This record gives sequence, C-alpha cells and structure tokens, in this order.
Amino acid sequence: MFNGKLALALMVAGTVHAADPDAARQGELVRLVRQDCGSCHGMRLTGGLGLPLTAEALRDKPFDGLVATVIYGRPGTAMPPWKSIISENDAEWIVRRLMQGFPEETR
Amino acid sequence: MTRCLAVAVALLLSACAHTGLREDGQLRGTGDLGVVIERATGRVAIVDTTAKAVLARVDGLGDLSHASVVFARDGRYAYVFGRDGGLTKVDLLLARIDKRVMQAGNSIGGAISQDGRLVVAQNYVPGGIKVFDSITLELLSEVPAQSKVVGLVDLPGQRFAYALFDKGEIWVSDLSDPRAPKTQKFPAGSQPYDGLVTPDGRHYMAGLFGEDGIALLDTWRPEQGAKKILEHYGKGQEKLPVFKMPHLRGWAVAGGKAYLPAIGRHEVLLVDTATWKEAGRVKVKGQPVFVMARPDGRQVWVNFAFPDNGWVQVIDTLSGQIVQTLQPGKAILHMEFTPRGEHVWLSARDDNLVSIYDTQSFARLATLPADSPSGIFFTSRAARTGF
Repeated sequence: MFNGKLALALMVAGTVHAADPDAARQGELVRLVRQDCGSCHGMRLTGGLGLPLTAEALRDKPFDGLVATVIYGRPGTAMPPWKSIISENDAEWIVRRLMQGFPEETR
Repeated sequence: MTRCLAVAVALLLSACAHTGLREDGQLRGTGDLGVVIERATGRVAIVDTTAKAVLARVDGLGDLSHASVVFARDGRYAYVFGRDGGLTKVDLLLARIDKRVMQAGNSIGGAISQDGRLVVAQNYVPGGIKVFDSITLELLSEVPAQSKVVGLVDLPGQRFAYALFDKGEIWVSDLSDPRAPKTQKFPAGSQPYDGLVTPDGRHYMAGLFGEDGIALLDTWRPEQGAKKILEHYGKGQEKLPVFKMPHLRGWAVAGGKAYLPAIGRHEVLLVDTATWKEAGRVKVKGQPVFVMARPDGRQVWVNFAFPDNGWVQVIDTLSGQIVQTLQPGKAILHMEFTPRGEHVWLSARDDNLVSIYDTQSFARLATLPADSPSGIFFTSRAARTGF
C-alpha cells in the first residue's frame, strides 16, 4: 500500500512522485472531480448532498481511508464506488491533490 | 398619451443594455423567453425560443455548479438559486440583476407560491427552507430542519411540500401567513433524494435512495400519511453505482401513467396514476437522470448519468417503445421543451453548446454556443404547479 504521508511530503518538497498519472490523465481526473464528483460535492468542492472536499475539510482525515472511500464507495450513503472508472493509482493522486487544495480545470 | 408613454419606455430602455425592445423597436413580451445556466462562469444567458437566439448574458450570480430557476408569474423575472446559497432575481427585459441575497451556505433550489408573492429556498446548509417576499427578497420566515432539504414544490393554497434527506420525512408547510409557517410532518422512508408533485398539485412523491421505492403523499388527504409505492422494484438485486442522483422535478405523466427514473438501474419505471401500481418498465441506455414528458404527453425524453451522459432516448408513450436514440453532444445535462413542445433544447456541457431539436422529425435545427451549459428554463414554467 502506498504511503500517503510520504507522498504528501514529497509533493510538498516539490518532487514529482513516480506513480503520478501522466499529464493527460491528470487533466481528465481534474475534470472528472470538478464535474462528476461535483454533482454531489459541488463544482467548487464545498459540499452538497455529499460532504465538502476542500483541503480544510479533509485536513484531519486519514489518506488511506479517503482513497478507500473513492475506490469502494461508502455503503449506506450516496457515495458510489468509482473503481470501474478510476484506478487505485488515480484515486491516490486525486486524494493527494484534494488534501493540498484541488487544481482548477485548464480551460 | 400612449405614444408618449411608449417613447418614454423606449428611452428608458435604450439607456442601458437590455432585451426589452426587439430589433424592430417594438416592446418585447416574455412568453417565449428563458434562461440557460452557464455553470462554470456564474452567468445566465437570456434566450428567445422563437428566434432560437441568445439575447443577452447576465453575470455575477456566484457558484452555479448546481442551479435551479423559477419564474415570476408575469414572466419577467427569473429567480436563480445557486449552490453557494445565492438567490438572484434576474430581470429578463432589462437583462440585469434586479435583487440578490446570500441566503444560505449551501443551497439546492427553490419554488414560488401559487399567488407568486413568495419565493421559497430549500437548503442543505443550514438545512431547512426560507421564505422570501418575491418583490423585495426580504426574508419573511424560515422552517429549520436539521436535515438537507430536497424536492421542494409549491402546492395550491400557499403550501409547499419538501423532503428531508437525513430524516426520511416529508414536510408540508402552510404559508398562508408567510411570517408564521404551519408545518405537518410525515414519515417517508430512507434517504429521499428528490420530489415532485403531479400537475394538478395533488400527489407529492419523494424518490428514495436508501431503499427501493417511492413515498407518495395525497395532499388532499394528508391525514392518511405517506405510503410507499414501487416497493422492492429491484427485488434485492444489487444496484449499480449511482454516479449522479436522478432529478424528479420536470417529471413525466402521460396517458394515465407516470414515468420515473429507476435509481441504480438502466430502467424507466411506469406507474398507473389511478392505482399507483407498477405498469411496466422500459429498458434504457443508462441510469436515467431526467425523465420528461413533452407537454402533449406523447413522448418522454430521457437523459443519463455519467458515463452514459452523451445519449438521449425518446419513449413513445402509446407503444411504450424507444423510438429514437440521439447523441446530441458530450455531457447532456438538461432538456427543456418549448411551451407546446414542438422543439426541445438540450445542453451539452462538454461541447459548450445548446442544441435545439424538432421533436417530430428529430432534426437538429440550431446550436447556440454557451459556456458549460447546464439547466435550461423557459418562462412557461411560471404557469405550472411544481415548476
């Protein structure tokens, strides 16, 4: 299992992590998060039917738990599993970026 | 005298950017106007369904990533409810913001009263509804709910029905005295996600996410409480992942049947509106989001959740068959029929286009550029209960 804290430290230090999706995929993921996760979490990620996903809202949440939520969903809530759409590697990148403050779409 | 007035109005209108005069200098009516939400830019486009054209754009409406619109009964003002809790009254003839208030932290939509005097917002944060004077947007009262509120609709008699996602209840608030709401509460079922009212304003339905089925309240006989219909329509099968909640407003009733999106399934469910029993199912291309009847009820148009949101299908209500499958563009978020249904406007978010189709020939008649368009709302909603 990927070590989230280490990844975060590396990102903060300005090092590109070896497992990052390529630039094209990152663009797709940013759009997916803003537009499709945004259906419930808001395009500005400030929440809606789903919880807010801002860096502040996620500050004290465990990285691995958030990745698992993205991949497997959260039974009993409206959060669906996204594993048919995104890989675990994609999910780790998304969660890392969410915890830093998510990038805007390049338009 | 009349001439003087017309000249005065014309001078007034020409003093600013506006849509109140047509190109030939004549005063414009509002019956063929509407708005298109440009979700990424916090802007609405004012459109003319006769000319099939954008007349003007109005900026500064905040976060419209989820937005809904109701119209004043004179058709001149659009009330736009934004995600960030902004409530904006847009003047369609002067093409400008008339009033704007920040009324909540996180909002999902609103409704307008039978007499047009009250605008009511339904909120997630803080959960509940808020009641505003439709002219001044002055806050008159609120009903706190400690729950996200979904599916707010107007009912005859200055009443409003809505559902509580976190509490599993339907509430009906009587705003005859808008400063002193009287609220009745009914148990509904697990996690209602949206609601609708039948065109006569009688039956309120709340779709349930936490269980298979729909809660139904006869608002003529509220003492009977809400009952469940279409219970166990999934018969214990596992639902598909739901990437986008269906929307029930803009619902479809045609030929004595209601057409409803099945949640987590590639199906539209049919209900007999006399008995409220299941009357069939139609297999469709993906998970339905909007299931909308053409105003004459002959066709039902369906769009879909991600990843099938490039498709639109049309059900013929006489045969119960799919008669057309279209690919109008990337990420079709919404559909709106012209007042009598000869055309339908479709928003293609990822193509930055609104497409206009003829509903008889299915020919594409025109496309209009729009920046990440989502909801499309025409002023004919002003005259319809539940819109």
